[in-house]
Amino acid sequence: MMDKLNNKKTKLYMNILLIALFAAIIILLDTDTIGDNYIRRVLNLSAIYTIVSLSMNLVNGFTGLFSLGQAGFMAIGAYTVAIFTVPLAERAKIFYVVPQNPVLAQIELPFAIALVLGGLLAALIAVLIGMPVLRLKSDYLAIATLGFSEIIRIILTNAKSISNGALGIKGIPQMPTMWVFFGVAILSVVLIWLLIDSSYGRAFKAIREDEIAAEAMGISLFKHKVMSFAIGAFFAGIGGGLLASLLATVDPKQFYFTVTYNFLLIIVLGGMGSISGTVIASFVVTAGLEVLRFFDDPLTLFGVTIPIFRPGFRMVIFSLLLMLLVLFFRNGLLGQKELSWNLIFDWFKRKSKRTGKGGTAQ
Amino acid sequence: MSILKINNVTMQFGGVTAVNNLNIEVQEGKIEALIGPNGAGKTTAFNVITGVYSPTKGNVIYKDENITGLTPDKITKKGIARTFQNIRLFKNLTVLDNILIANHLRLNSNFLSCTLRLPWSNREERQMREKSEMLLDKLGLLGLKNETAHSLPYGEQRKLEIARALATDAKLLLLDEPAAGMNPSETMELSSFIHTIRDEFNLTIFMIEHHMDLVMEISEKIYVLDFGQLIAKGSANEVKNNQRVIEAYLGVEEDA
Repeated sequence: MMDKLNNKKTKLYMNILLIALFAAIIILLDTDTIGDNYIRRVLNLSAIYTIVSLSMNLVNGFTGLFSLGQAGFMAIGAYTVAIFTVPLAERAKIFYVVPQNPVLAQIELPFAIALVLGGLLAALIAVLIGMPVLRLKSDYLAIATLGFSEIIRIILTNAKSISNGALGIKGIPQMPTMWVFFGVAILSVVLIWLLIDSSYGRAFKAIREDEIAAEAMGISLFKHKVMSFAIGAFFAGIGGGLLASLLATVDPKQFYFTVTYNFLLIIVLGGMGSISGTVIASFVVTAGLEVLRFFDDPLTLFGVTIPIFRPGFRMVIFSLLLMLLVLFFRNGLLGQKELSWNLIFDWFKRKSKRTGKGGTAQ
Repeated sequence: MSILKINNVTMQFGGVTAVNNLNIEVQEGKIEALIGPNGAGKTTAFNVITGVYSPTKGNVIYKDENITGLTPDKITKKGIARTFQNIRLFKNLTVLDNILIANHLRLNSNFLSCTLRLPWSNREERQMREKSEMLLDKLGLLGLKNETAHSLPYGEQRKLEIARALATDAKLLLLDEPAAGMNPSETMELSSFIHTIRDEFNLTIFMIEHHMDLVMEISEKIYVLDFGQLIAKGSANEVKNNQRVIEAYLGVEEDA
């Protein structure tokens, strides 16, 4: 039976079936047939997390650069969308403490353009930051990028005529359909996959495997590190822009450096250097964080209120899971492998062999 | 004609002089060797040639061009490739990927056209694969192309590292102890392998080696380094009978 499944045509049919199933689910969820606003929101958030996690995996998992600046790049994308898509008529109402910069106050862009602009801006800043910072290695790079992400947040808190400071920007137009989020997410996955599968992707992996050897093989470390960092920032910016539209509001607190750790958890869980692992982990973790909300609510068992169940406990559980993961499950779900039918078949084969010893003996 | 000239190169690390006023001329098309006791500065000399270090004094000329101070990737682009004393393959990648990566430096398409799979970059990718498979075929590694590099036997890993260096279209190949850790029969095989690739790819080979049998057999010229200083140069016989070389090796190191 497994061997029968294990041919090209079957795989093709199964892929088509899977895509159709996926599309059908989105279509059904998108209207109120089976979906509601809460589910849609969680799934849209998962799609956004997929994009940002992938961007982080490109830099951390595929190029081997320990960068923790994702929140900063997201903020750039989110604020670009926020600043340029809020209707002109409502600007004065939002910027009531400090008036908006007179040039920006006259520009309104369609969502798609603002989104791409946000990505490009994040990439540009990544190039500028990357040129000095990417000379650093491992922990030092992590600290520098973390610092950068904080700098962005602090600038956004203080550049009131541009970002409206700590008040944030409200009233960002929301996208009416899940397809915007899922469409961009699918496009991002495909583009990153194509990049990884190209000669440049191989060069990134070479840098991850052995910098000295990569350089000796003629790969310019500087050029490729900056490239990977900037492409990563581009997609993080896109993710941030989508987030702004999903939440309809941005403020600097959303881009606290702790946000980056969510993505770090996702890529470690999914597998550093696995695209499909990242996609799966993005959905599992985002949905999981929602499920864990149960820990944030007070819990009364048999009339006794358990004291540790209070807001914030969710994050303790979350951190605990991260520790367990790193201790016992270091390669994550898929390691550097990609999910494929072959992988699934092999897994089932091994499984059935193991249980099959007693089970299928006739 | 000399393909590589090392002129008065001195390399100091703080107060330590690893290489002192070194002069070497490697002749095009020859197999030449750099030998010396442990810690003599051989690998440092290689690192200066390949741009890992920039020399304290002196310069390195490759094909009449001063390459001193260039970064390693630029030097590789000019046609010098190397292997490492302790094998540095891209361990978790396949044999074919290792070779393909070494082709990346000749790629003309930018990352956008590669990502979008535009026709010209597809053509380049196809040519790259054909060229890599041809190289693997020539070196007898084609059957292993889908194996991960670290799963190969030791000798094959050494071979793959040389293949990877060749894939950069190098004209001058620097081998840092290619026979390290090999048994006598593997060493003999390596010796003929080095001859074959030199002739097949019109290479110049400059190597560091400890196996004296191998060095004496294949090198057309030998340079002997001791404490950063060049103490002798010449053919195998000249070097073998040189009093200073004998002194440098006696009691200091004995190859089993």
